[in-house]
Amino acid sequence: MDRIPILKLQDYLLVTIQVELHDQLAITLQDDLTRQLSVSHARGVLIDISALEIVDSFIGRTLAHIAAMARIMDAHTVIVGMRPAVAITLVELGMSLTGIKTALNVDKGMDLLLALNTQAGHP
Amino acid sequence: MNGSSNLSAIIQENEKRILETWIALQVGTSSSKGLINEGELRTQSANFLSGFTAAARDGLDVETRGPAWDEVRSFLAALSRSRAVQGFSPSDTARFVFSLKQPLLDAVRKSIPEGGSTLAEAFMQVSAVLDNLGLYTFEAFQKGREQIIQRQQQELLELSTPVVQIWDGILALPLIGTLDSERTQTVMESLLEGIVEQEATIAIIDITGVPTVDTLVAQHLLKTVAAARLMGAECIISGIRPQIAQTIVHLGVDLGDVVTKASLAEALRVALRKRGQEVSTVARTPRDRG
Amino acid sequence: MITEVRKVRLDLHSQDQLSIARRTVQEWATDLGFGSLERTKLVTAASEIGRNTLVHGKGGDMTIAELSRDGVAGLALEFQDSGPGIADIAQAMTDGFTTAKSMGLGLGGAKRLVNEFAVQSEPGRGTRVNLIQWKRR
Repeated sequence: MDRIPILKLQDYLLVTIQVELHDQLAITLQDDLTRQLSVSHARGVLIDISALEIVDSFIGRTLAHIAAMARIMDAHTVIVGMRPAVAITLVELGMSLTGIKTALNVDKGMDLLLALNTQAGHP
Repeated sequence: MNGSSNLSAIIQENEKRILETWIALQVGTSSSKGLINEGELRTQSANFLSGFTAAARDGLDVETRGPAWDEVRSFLAALSRSRAVQGFSPSDTARFVFSLKQPLLDAVRKSIPEGGSTLAEAFMQVSAVLDNLGLYTFEAFQKGREQIIQRQQQELLELSTPVVQIWDGILALPLIGTLDSERTQTVMESLLEGIVEQEATIAIIDITGVPTVDTLVAQHLLKTVAAARLMGAECIISGIRPQIAQTIVHLGVDLGDVVTKASLAEALRVALRKRGQEVSTVARTPRDRG
Repeated sequence: MITEVRKVRLDLHSQDQLSIARRTVQEWATDLGFGSLERTKLVTAASEIGRNTLVHGKGGDMTIAELSRDGVAGLALEFQDSGPGIADIAQAMTDGFTTAKSMGLGLGGAKRLVNEFAVQSEPGRGTRVNLIQWKRR
């Protein structure tokens, strides 16, 4: 069974979604992330979706679930690389994903995660 | 007149007189006098006449649609296009062909002194050919005009939706004129593409130059803001005039937590602050190179 | 006058088949030269409805057709299932049905993504959804 690799980058987890996220893969990703977060005590998750040409409401909900789950485990989530066409489509679908933090690319995403953790008072 | 080999011969025999009369008619009756360069006209007329003569050599195809007339037609199409660009009226462009009727028919009449049905038939054929060519010229002119208009519309659309980088990571989109649904969508896409290209984190949408905003446009703007947010950029809307503010409230559009500023300058100040920057005056120190 | 240039029917009984359906719509839209935004909207709409067909409709099929109307190209998608059907279509079309909590039906959202949209459904009689996206000049 294929799964999406989760990389550990110092105190953060980095996930790059490059393939279509069907039901099983999505569930596996959420499970893997939960486990990794608990094991590594990571402070944040960066999800790179720059390769995704299509993000439908299912994937939107999956991303929202991941962010909510990470929050419970005291980690921030930043989603990066959303394409213009995808952003417009999600807005038309009515999914503005408020509450989920976003950044233009991995670089800015990491900056954001670091800034968030500094604010939160983590050393 | 048996066939048009006679017509070709008639033209060749009377070429000089036909050409002179024809040119004089064009210059005389035209309302685009200032646009006609007589030298150029002379060349065009001579070229057309020789093409016409060649096409009429092997039988007169009154419909002028056959391959014999291909060269003549493309000559007329090119002529129409250039005249459309030069600013000629459609009539003056078609007049190029129609004004050839009189001198040509004159020459035909002189060449068929016996008159009668032979002459009548010849007249009808020559008239029909020139009518068809004249109409073709008119249509080619119209097509040329339409292409120019389409191109101008496209250029206008591009010019009126500029996305400008006014500082590191800060984009400005000054909107001018009335926004319709189609244009607002194009603008939306330009802005988002601009955010990716310039790696901008803040986009200032200035609507000082927009006279009115309706519900549809307001919704498009809000969608643009939401989409930009999904991409990690924040939008500031500036230049909301009192009337537009009233319209927005009246329409019941909820701007939510979108930052709005009265002027582009104000918006820039806020944008810089958000990026941890500010503009300050540098104290002038006396030169102290030592 | 609308003419149908070509048409293909695809089964929708598994995730893999849904993926194939999505990819097919993507390919046909690319072949016809659709702009990236209209293509993204169409494929996303297909994904929403296709998912409904699979999950709520307990499987069905999607028919994709290339259309031509006055020289303008278009893509028509028809999703058909013989599942439980939708009791209240109007309610299904409202956005409340696409909340993050439930596996929403996504009909209202999908409708906003395409030029033409129609849904026919009756409890116990299955559901049919038609979408058309025309190529923007």
